[in-house]
Amino acid sequence: MEVSRLQRRFFKIFGGVDGKGFLDAQFTELQHLQDENNPNFVSEVVSLFFEDSERLLNELSRTLDQQIVDFRKVDAHVHQLKGSSASIGAQRVKNVCLAFRSCCDENNLEGCLGCLQQVRQECYLVKNKLDALFRLEQQILAAGGAVPIMSKD
Amino acid sequence: MATTTTTTTATTTTTMKGGKVTGLGEVTGVAEANGVATPHVLAVDDSSVDRALIAGVLRSSKYRVTAVDSGKKALELLDLEPNVNMIITDYCMPEMTGYDLLKKVKESSELREIPVAIMSSEKVKAREDSCMKEGAVAFLKKPVQRNEVWSLCHRWLR
Repeated sequence: MEVSRLQRRFFKIFGGVDGKGFLDAQFTELQHLQDENNPNFVSEVVSLFFEDSERLLNELSRTLDQQIVDFRKVDAHVHQLKGSSASIGAQRVKNVCLAFRSCCDENNLEGCLGCLQQVRQECYLVKNKLDALFRLEQQILAAGGAVPIMSKD
Repeated sequence: MATTTTTTTATTTTTMKGGKVTGLGEVTGVAEANGVATPHVLAVDDSSVDRALIAGVLRSSKYRVTAVDSGKKALELLDLEPNVNMIITDYCMPEMTGYDLLKKVKESSELREIPVAIMSSEKVKAREDSCMKEGAVAFLKKPVQRNEVWSLCHRWLR
């Protein structure tokens, strides 16, 4: 009973009404790579993403704060962030990065600053979502259940 | 089943050691099973996330994986470690792109037979064409999917 309840909560956070598209099918790919030999694969890759994104967001902030903004440098950082967010399935972060790159192409400083704020927010939100998911995973496992693998559909 | 596990040390910034990301610069896998050498794949990507992902995919297929964060380090490793059976490299990397690495490999008499696959977050036709013309065996769109990598390895690692 407890396991079912926890698993329902898991589904709700991941992809139900509460999901709001934070994570896409790529996250399921990560889940499929986790097994008894690599029991923490997903959380480890996600940790790498948040370390990386923090570094990139700081770099972006610094670069956009310069007297003369090097938009190619900004674009390079956003490209990296877009790539790594896509790799873990953080689709809302990825989507903001797409808009961000358009602003870089247009040398639009105001647009870039807006996107930076937005991407920070999306990283914060997806981190909270994933923290909740990982906590639930631990509870499910402790209750003797299996962690649900989301469908890619 | 007799197995031998070896550690390949490379100056990387991401590691997968026995399935755990340690950040120490080593990747291990089972080097031999029943006296048969496990194929060794060199993964090259400046993104720590993507290195972890490609290493995870390759390890799930029981290949031995070494992951490095630059073309320069890939070449250093290839100099030290002759038994690399395949290279999978990101295209867009600072200083030496995946295309540059591909060219270096294909220009080398010792390395040219190693199949090289390119990964890119942007599937640009001109980029893909130039890589394939230079001798790449595949051009994969990132994030790479398990089934694509498995098909690739199944074809080129026998």
